[in-house]
Amino acid sequence: MPTAMEIYKLLPKKNCGECKFPTCLAFAMQLANQKVALEACPYVSPEAKAALEESGAPPIRLMTFGTGDMAVKVGDETQLFRHDKTFYNPTVIGLIADDSSGSQGIKDGVALVKSLSFERVGQNIRVNSIAIRHSTGDPKEFLEGVKHASSEGLPMVLMTEDPGLMGETSVAWPKRPLLYRATPANFDAMIEVAKRSSCPLVIGGASTLDELSQLSERAKKAGVTDLVLEPVQGTCAQLLESMTVVRRAAVKKHFRPLGYPTISVLGSSDLDKGRATIGVAKYSSIVLMDELSRGFVFPLMVLRQNIFTDPQVPIQVKPGLYKVGEPNEKSPVMFTTNFSLTYFTVRADIEKSKMPAWLLVIDTEGQSVMTAFAAGKLTPESVTEAIEKEKVKDVSKRNEIVIPGMVSRMSGKLNELSGMKVIVGSRESSGIPKMIKSFSG
Amino acid sequence: MGFEGAKESFSGRIKEVVIGATDEHGGSRSRRLTVGGSNGLPFHSFESEMPHKPLIAMDIVDTLRMVSDTQLKSMGDVVKDPVEWAKRCEKEWGADICVLKLQSANPEEENRSVEECESLFKEVLKAVSLPLFVYGCGFEEKDAKLMEAISNAGKGERLFIGLAEEKAYKSLTAAAMANGHGLVAFSNLDINLAKQINILLMDFGMKPENILMDPLMAPLGMGLEYSYSVIERLRIGALMGDPVLQMPMICDCSCAWTVPEVLEEDDGKGTQVERGVNWEVITAEAALMAGAALVITRHPESVKHIRATIDDLYGGV
Repeated sequence: MPTAMEIYKLLPKKNCGECKFPTCLAFAMQLANQKVALEACPYVSPEAKAALEESGAPPIRLMTFGTGDMAVKVGDETQLFRHDKTFYNPTVIGLIADDSSGSQGIKDGVALVKSLSFERVGQNIRVNSIAIRHSTGDPKEFLEGVKHASSEGLPMVLMTEDPGLMGETSVAWPKRPLLYRATPANFDAMIEVAKRSSCPLVIGGASTLDELSQLSERAKKAGVTDLVLEPVQGTCAQLLESMTVVRRAAVKKHFRPLGYPTISVLGSSDLDKGRATIGVAKYSSIVLMDELSRGFVFPLMVLRQNIFTDPQVPIQVKPGLYKVGEPNEKSPVMFTTNFSLTYFTVRADIEKSKMPAWLLVIDTEGQSVMTAFAAGKLTPESVTEAIEKEKVKDVSKRNEIVIPGMVSRMSGKLNELSGMKVIVGSRESSGIPKMIKSFSG
Repeated sequence: MGFEGAKESFSGRIKEVVIGATDEHGGSRSRRLTVGGSNGLPFHSFESEMPHKPLIAMDIVDTLRMVSDTQLKSMGDVVKDPVEWAKRCEKEWGADICVLKLQSANPEEENRSVEECESLFKEVLKAVSLPLFVYGCGFEEKDAKLMEAISNAGKGERLFIGLAEEKAYKSLTAAAMANGHGLVAFSNLDINLAKQINILLMDFGMKPENILMDPLMAPLGMGLEYSYSVIERLRIGALMGDPVLQMPMICDCSCAWTVPEVLEEDDGKGTQVERGVNWEVITAEAALMAGAALVITRHPESVKHIRATIDDLYGGV
């Protein structure tokens, strides 16, 4: 973002007040803080407007491909490290279906991608995209595959370096596929296809980042700005270097020619799995792979979910009464908060005891036990409310509830409100197995 | 004017720590390993020095209680015999280091005696030539006696002993210092706590080049993002010049095998073994990308994958 002084220089300096601010400088300060829109100034020149829009644009351009509910957003990142703020748009993971396996192979690929969708800690995680690649097969099979995929709703990547063949994929264009790719060898013709189709375009095949940035400038001059960059990334080392240098140039230096989302096109070897992992952690906006085995892609998607979690907003589990093992009406009832890390830790420690139990998860908006207690979100009232809502007294006849040792102070009040006997549990979750075993004795 | 990426440099450097001792250095190990030494972000070879590749340790637990059925099936009966298990780590599975976890000393479980544990350690020491780490059972009183015995039995080998925690570090530190061993300093997912335990150890007389930091690696799907960010911040803090954070980090990724999502049967997410191995590999690779100098893994397949990725991060050599 430009500073208030930089903006001020471009304003008309009339101090007319029509923007509702007394002076142009005051207005510039509001603009710099993104509190008002430039449109509030009726006298700003078109040149100043263009200059301000350019410098105020996000460091990495936001790009969307696909349409409807399944459409994916990439780019618009502002950080190098997630702890500095957050990463916004999770890496798109896609499967490449090659036309060497015929249009049937492409159909199978689409079906596989659609099946790779899971619910996890209250979020849907899925493979987001199908890439259809023309390599050795019959162009007819490729086009038939494209046509099939176009009716399936998944965001598509169309992969051919032949601008003639790409030009024949118009059936897919209303679905806003990503076109892969323009290279120094086919550049002008592929740019034309991108313009004609109004679809986003990958540019790659450059041997250096300097050359890549020149290509992106050429594309921009030709009027194509929905771009994705594919820098050199043959080894894990190159992948990490390219992605890091591109991200830094965009975020720290506001270097526009590299301020676009990025893509990693990978194979199916074990090393490619390592590269996909690095890509998700380190700045690939899109990772495409030749093969997605279930036992790999599921953990990879969990990594993506973890890395792209906003550090300021904890992952929460749904409040409610959970079974650990197969508890019955004689099993103990314990409670904890709905901060996912707390819940998982407590649950794992109960499981270690190999004794069944009921675990009542209180809604603390994702805060841990001590934080929620201090913030007044874990109170005798909120616990009692949960006990009643979940009919705890019906499922367990012990009429006892185990309270985390850290919040033993609320025992008396909880006993009074809930009418249940309160047992003070261990202070640390790790003490749970020992504690539970003592109940059975 | 051509584009050239800006190189970033830091004033700080991760300390070099030596693990294991060969006969030349008074021990009986076949190799003496070094970790740390980098003055840049992890694997940023294009702008910094990274003289030592991260190492892969494999853990050996002395009770089946800590081994899941999936692992037992996939790794075989060898996990029933810690000595054979250790041999396999060295001869077939390509570990750099063996981490012997004496969980059976746990007074609330098997409660095996100090003598029994010590004799197991001696057998392992004889059976393998790799540098060794030895972890106690986590009960302070028992570990105090146990680690004193281990330290004496492993005199000269430059073992690493663990885990030293804020509330229980004195006896372990004394045991390590008595025979020139190193120490693994554990802290619970918090930069200030990581710093605190290092300060306590150094105040007690431990030299920084004898310390590895374990900032707690939460497995994938179970809070990995917290660990990832804590480790990244520790690494950056070290590079910015904080001497108390410059110890190399060790991340125990074998915890991946305790994750419920790994243990459940669900063919939609692959077989348990494939999922488990990838769970462990991704946990370890995330730890390495964030800044670990050493990872501990359980499954032999994991070692292969992680090794290949590390080599490729060093440009394929």
